[in-house]
Amino acid sequence: MQFTFWGVRGSIAVPGPSTVRYGGNTTCIEVRGDNNELVILDAGTGIFQLAQTLFAEFPIDINIFISHTHWDHIQGLPMFTPMFVPGNNINLYGARDIVENRSVKDVLSRQMEYSYFPLRENELKSNMHYFDIQDQQDVQIGSIKVSNFLLNHPVLNFGYRLECGGKTVVFTGDHEWPLNIYAEGDPEYSDYQAFLDLRRQQTLDFFRGADALIIDTAYADSEYPSRQGWGHGSFDASIRAARDAGVKKAFLTHHEPTRSDDQLEQVFEQALKRNGVCSSDPAFFLAQEGVQIEV
Amino acid sequence: MPDTRHRASGIGQQQDRAILTSAKDQLLELVEHIPAFPQAVMRILDITSRGDCDSKELVRIIERDPVLAMKILKLVNSPYVGLPQPIASVSHSVIFVGINTIKNLALSVAAIGMLPKTNAADFDMDQLLKHSLGVATVAARLAELLGVAEKDRSDYFLAGLLHDFGKVVLAQYKAVEFKQALEKSLADGSPLHQAETAILGYDHAYIGALLAEKWLLPARLVDCIGFHHAVDTETRDDQLRDCVALANIILQRLDFGFSGNRYRAEIPSTIEARFAMSGDDIISSLGDLDDELAKVTAFSH
Repeated sequence: MQFTFWGVRGSIAVPGPSTVRYGGNTTCIEVRGDNNELVILDAGTGIFQLAQTLFAEFPIDINIFISHTHWDHIQGLPMFTPMFVPGNNINLYGARDIVENRSVKDVLSRQMEYSYFPLRENELKSNMHYFDIQDQQDVQIGSIKVSNFLLNHPVLNFGYRLECGGKTVVFTGDHEWPLNIYAEGDPEYSDYQAFLDLRRQQTLDFFRGADALIIDTAYADSEYPSRQGWGHGSFDASIRAARDAGVKKAFLTHHEPTRSDDQLEQVFEQALKRNGVCSSDPAFFLAQEGVQIEV
Repeated sequence: MPDTRHRASGIGQQQDRAILTSAKDQLLELVEHIPAFPQAVMRILDITSRGDCDSKELVRIIERDPVLAMKILKLVNSPYVGLPQPIASVSHSVIFVGINTIKNLALSVAAIGMLPKTNAADFDMDQLLKHSLGVATVAARLAELLGVAEKDRSDYFLAGLLHDFGKVVLAQYKAVEFKQALEKSLADGSPLHQAETAILGYDHAYIGALLAEKWLLPARLVDCIGFHHAVDTETRDDQLRDCVALANIILQRLDFGFSGNRYRAEIPSTIEARFAMSGDDIISSLGDLDDELAKVTAFSH
């Protein structure tokens, strides 16, 4: 199995000289199974560049798993060229909107309404199939088993675990380790904390032993206190999680859009040093657009 | 019943045939749009309009409104989310789906409107809310008396809060019949749930449990709602149900709130046996409840 980063930036695309090394596109990861099956994790603006590489494979089966439907994870979808070409089969998986009670098809189709886009969803020429998925539902894509797990974000967000030929890649989508809503001393604090601890263990089990963990690490730890509850991880939290889950490699992603490449490397180096990362730890990397990893 | 995760409570099957399917379906459809109590709706709108919506406060408001609590649990336990185990706690729901989803779910319920203070059944909803909060509080205290760990007592509070959800439904959507049942119970001194069955063919416990079951709430909650008037006849050992049933009787004696039922039930001997003391001794063991009851209902007045 191999994967390629096509978008590693969080929140909004930020092309420009200060982001040229790590990339300015929002989240999109291409995963290829042992039989060249194609799974795409999220459809941020990076999916446009990925699309340009697929023409030679048309007609093609494409399986897109959406972690959640915030803009930066779906914004590239209306411009995903394979959707306009007859003969392509596109399977799109994601969570239902439980607040508005809308299917993932409904949620995504709204991006292509009159006010936002010149073509409507039902004018797409490829064979489009939408699947509302549930927590911990397995989907088999050829040689790849894709399982999911609800993670913590201000909208339902599925992390995905892809297993193929004995190798495992885990992608969190956007995730903040949930915090105790009660203060120490509140009667509810300890029960809530016990449940949080249990949930953390379940989440780590979902990450467990991955050859590659691609994890939301939006914030420097100096920034995090003022951004608690926004639904994103920090460097210290990701390093701890990668260690606790015993993963081999961890790719830190969802880079803060205001951070230049130089600043990103600086924050990363500081975090590795602060956490005493050594050779017995997982290998940590900053996710970088265009980089292909074989697991 | 659709949920294979739950122990078969059997509530749905028992009386299913007694109700015309179409009438029942119509009622179930209506309940999808039932609004919450005004106090909670106003507070939800208030705290969510502020930039710094306090999670703890949000959960607290939901945990004190039977409609909001029921609907949040319904959505979190829905097959669309597909959690492997049913969730019986509003605060635990936050851990699974995140506080912003809970906030927006609460807002979507608040957007429906508010339960009217008056209804065609002439049933005082304020008093029912007070009664429900009282039963919730006392059920949790009874659990404490039985040595239930603090972390598990929230189950008892929630079950007490939800036990009369069926009455909210009947007052809203079966007002004429419910009014007749209230009058019959008052006139002939029969328990209200029996008067409801005489008039409607089913009672509030049944309709509450049916909804809880349909909405995939945990089986222990379904059973508690469904059997809180059936301690004598429902022989399954169920501590949660017994605590809620007893709290219900105690609240009637205390005249705290009003659930529409003037019938004064005796404390079943099986409950006395569970506590290994007489009903009067159980009540005295609880001590003075005034402060606690005043506190839990403070925001609703």
